[in-house]
Amino acid sequence: MRLQARRLVMLLVGLLVSPALWAKWAVNMPEGVTDLSHSIYGLHMTIFWITVAIGVLVFAVMFWSVIFHRKSRGAKASEFHESTLVEILWTSIPFAILVVMAIPATKTLIEVYDADDADIDIKVTGYQWKWQYEYLGEDVSFFSNLSTSRDEINNSRPKNENYLLEVDEPLVVPIGKKIRFLVTGADVIHSWWVPELAVKKDAIPGFINESWTKINTPGIYRGQCAELCGKDHGFMPIVVDARPMDEYQEWLEGKRAEAEKIKELTQKDWTMDELMTRGEEVYTKVCVACHQANGQGIPPMFPPLKGNAIAVDRDKIGRHIEVLLYGVKGTAMQAFKDQLSEVDMAAVITYERNAWGNNTKEVVTPRDILDYKKDGKYTGQYSSEGGK
Amino acid sequence: MSEHHHGPAKGLMRWVLTTNHKDIGSLYLWFSFAMFLLGGAMAMVIRAELFQPGLQIVQPEFFNQMTTMHGLIMVFGAVMPAFVGLANWMIPMMIGAPDMALPRMNNWSFWILPFAFALLVSTLFMEGGGPNFGWTFYAPLSTDYGPPSTTFFIFAVHMMGISSIMGAINVIATILNLRAPGMTLMKMPLFVWTWLVTAYLLIAVMPVLAGAVTMMLMDIHFGTSFFNAGGGGDPVLFQHVFWFFGHPEVYIMILPAFGIVSAIIPAFARKPLFGYTSMVYAVASIAFLSFIVWAHHMFTVGIPLVGEVFFMYATMLIAVPTGVKVFNWVATMFKGSLTFETPMLFAVAFVVLFTIGGFSGLMLSIAPADFQYHDTYFVVAHFHYVLVPGAIFAIFAGVYYWLPKWTGHMYDTALSKVHFWMSFIGMNLTFFPMHFVGLAGMPRRIPDYNMQFADFNMISSVGGFMFGVTQLLFLFIVIKCVRTGDKAEAKPWEGAHGLEWMVPSPAPYHTFSTPPEVK
Ligand code: HEC
Ligand SMILES: [Cu+2]
Repeated sequence: MRLQARRLVMLLVGLLVSPALWAKWAVNMPEGVTDLSHSIYGLHMTIFWITVAIGVLVFAVMFWSVIFHRKSRGAKASEFHESTLVEILWTSIPFAILVVMAIPATKTLIEVYDADDADIDIKVTGYQWKWQYEYLGEDVSFFSNLSTSRDEINNSRPKNENYLLEVDEPLVVPIGKKIRFLVTGADVIHSWWVPELAVKKDAIPGFINESWTKINTPGIYRGQCAELCGKDHGFMPIVVDARPMDEYQEWLEGKRAEAEKIKELTQKDWTMDELMTRGEEVYTKVCVACHQANGQGIPPMFPPLKGNAIAVDRDKIGRHIEVLLYGVKGTAMQAFKDQLSEVDMAAVITYERNAWGNNTKEVVTPRDILDYKKDGKYTGQYSSEGGK
Repeated sequence: MSEHHHGPAKGLMRWVLTTNHKDIGSLYLWFSFAMFLLGGAMAMVIRAELFQPGLQIVQPEFFNQMTTMHGLIMVFGAVMPAFVGLANWMIPMMIGAPDMALPRMNNWSFWILPFAFALLVSTLFMEGGGPNFGWTFYAPLSTDYGPPSTTFFIFAVHMMGISSIMGAINVIATILNLRAPGMTLMKMPLFVWTWLVTAYLLIAVMPVLAGAVTMMLMDIHFGTSFFNAGGGGDPVLFQHVFWFFGHPEVYIMILPAFGIVSAIIPAFARKPLFGYTSMVYAVASIAFLSFIVWAHHMFTVGIPLVGEVFFMYATMLIAVPTGVKVFNWVATMFKGSLTFETPMLFAVAFVVLFTIGGFSGLMLSIAPADFQYHDTYFVVAHFHYVLVPGAIFAIFAGVYYWLPKWTGHMYDTALSKVHFWMSFIGMNLTFFPMHFVGLAGMPRRIPDYNMQFADFNMISSVGGFMFGVTQLLFLFIVIKCVRTGDKAEAKPWEGAHGLEWMVPSPAPYHTFSTPPEVK
């Protein structure tokens, strides 16, 4: 607390004495790394200077009056009022300025809306509270979650430089290509925003919005969800990793190979310990936001899993798998079918059924999940093997 | 004759049963101040959590309830009732009427409010907490994903709406029917004019808000899908309906402020308002334009290009009549004989800071740039610049201007100037840095943020605490003024004009039982 106070005092002093400090702080919109972001920055600065100019004029007259037309200085009030000429002037001049401003603004707007002829299409879906990216036609798709640790958020560990602006898997894109984003939401409305790209588009469930970018410089660009979307609205950042085309291609290859490997894992025989370890990881990454680390949820919005019949009754295993695969419509419990591999799904279910004293000793295997996806039934034929 | 000049009834029942416009005006004003403190306390929670990065004081769920309730309480509980209170006190006296036209309804429209807000605030203690979806309560976050208490929230909004509509009907009926002989429309003080226009806005849009929450209610409980794409509805429809109400709503909160300032500046410049007629027309055009700009709150939802362009142009156009107002105030001050009593201090601060808020508004109207500003702290800075030094400073200005008339006492002028300067500094310290963090990329409505935003947030919080604490001083000043103070003359301000200054201070319980003659 003392440190805080000292920092604060230094800050306030610094604010007054050193304009150099201003340079260190970000006080303006970033110019960004696309042609569009440059035009938008240009518009922003133009309109800013227009308002400054008008402000200087208006405030000059005002402060002139405040200083020189005081009664204490012996100023006598003149009685003038109503002047049609003045009224016409101060209506038409601002109007003309607005017209001049509207022209470049409209031009830029038309460009922003021209999402045709894209080289790459990426579908962006907002979920509570993460983003899904699907590279259309490339067979690559993944979820991007906040990777800042809970310890940093709860102040038990020092915060790193990219605190709250870091993810487990960034969106990798090539530079110099026109990329079209097809933006939608899975549950509530989110908004996909990366300031350096000057792209902000609402992700609305049931609708697909278009937006596009063409990045000039390679680099990592960070953004955040911009539309209030519930509890963890502040914890669903966006990271864009822009690379040269060949590196991007390489990355795509790598992603596909990774997917192959995960498929193979499904057929492997999993022990309970392996599933529990992996399940805990998945749970911590994907489920804690709602059901909490201790499995007690935040009733009544988010139900507890600890001691919940669905996670302890043997005859509810089928229902348990179903809830995870398909979600509960109209609630925050989303369908995890496309988010989690069979392995992760089996692992997290096994974890739920055995963590926090649920101790059912039951094991759900990746093959159970595969079967359920096929037949819509849980038979338990593999689980019994693993369980013993 | 004499039996009409009875005083107020005694005891508590005076306030419950009163149909007197002055009593009801006072009730509205006290209620609004209580809500101002409550909404302010919530703002303190928000600023405390945002004092530094990391989660310290509250969890995100509660943080969201605080931002939501802060907005709802300030808009519907503090600003709107304060203006209705001022209207109740001043409109009859300004137009030479004995009371409001519909006194019993007046009693009703006030007494609904405490119940509406008790209901709203009680949701905080319900299972699952209170509304947590922002004061704009966008569907489906507020419908399918809202807490169970949403139903109570809807009911509370309905009650507030009924209260506002009744208040508005009363204002219109009073102004159109009870003006003293000779008080033609174009002789009415601007405060009366702005309130007349505001009342029409209220009647036009409060039912739209009621429609929006009713559709929510249907979606939540009766299986309809107005706002649910899965059932053939459209979440964006909610936003269109909400902002069709919401945009005029922001003018509802600023037009009466224009009226107050247009009374105070000429009084302390000792010079007539530069262009009365053009001020009236500017108010009317702002009110008209306010109906065709709503989608500028929705530039990023994906409306078609043509729509985007239309709403951009219409929004830019609002700068013209708004500019006319500002230029008029400045021209009124120019070559005046100025003194700076507390009402004037607040009025001058209003003009300067509201203009700054107007400038950021003009920036926001540029649709492509709005893609960068939208839903960031830049917007938060913008609307707090138009609402705090706009609506709230104007209310303070009005209270300091008319308080001697209401109480018959002069308030402690030295303390009131402290109140002004502390509010002025606190307010700017709180909201100016928000422009910077917003431009630099900090979204609004987040409980935690990256370190690059830390310094400015800390300054904002310090300014916020300063502004908050200062308002207790205001409470003290008002209470002190009600109880004691130098006796105020009928017209305590040298340059003031208007019928309200012809009656003694304190204004008798009944004024203008026989209408004055207006030349
Ligand atoms: C965005 C918040 C959220 C996330 C993330 C989430 N859930 Fe849920 N979950 C819910 C809600 C809300 C419900 C209650 C649905 C209902 O009303 O039936 C629920 C219900 C459940 C149920 C059924 C409980 C019952 O009593 O019917 C299970 C099991 C479950 N979740 C497991 C998980 C697992 C495992 C994960 C991680 C892979 C997860 N959830 C992630 C919000 C969430
Ligand atoms: Cu979001």
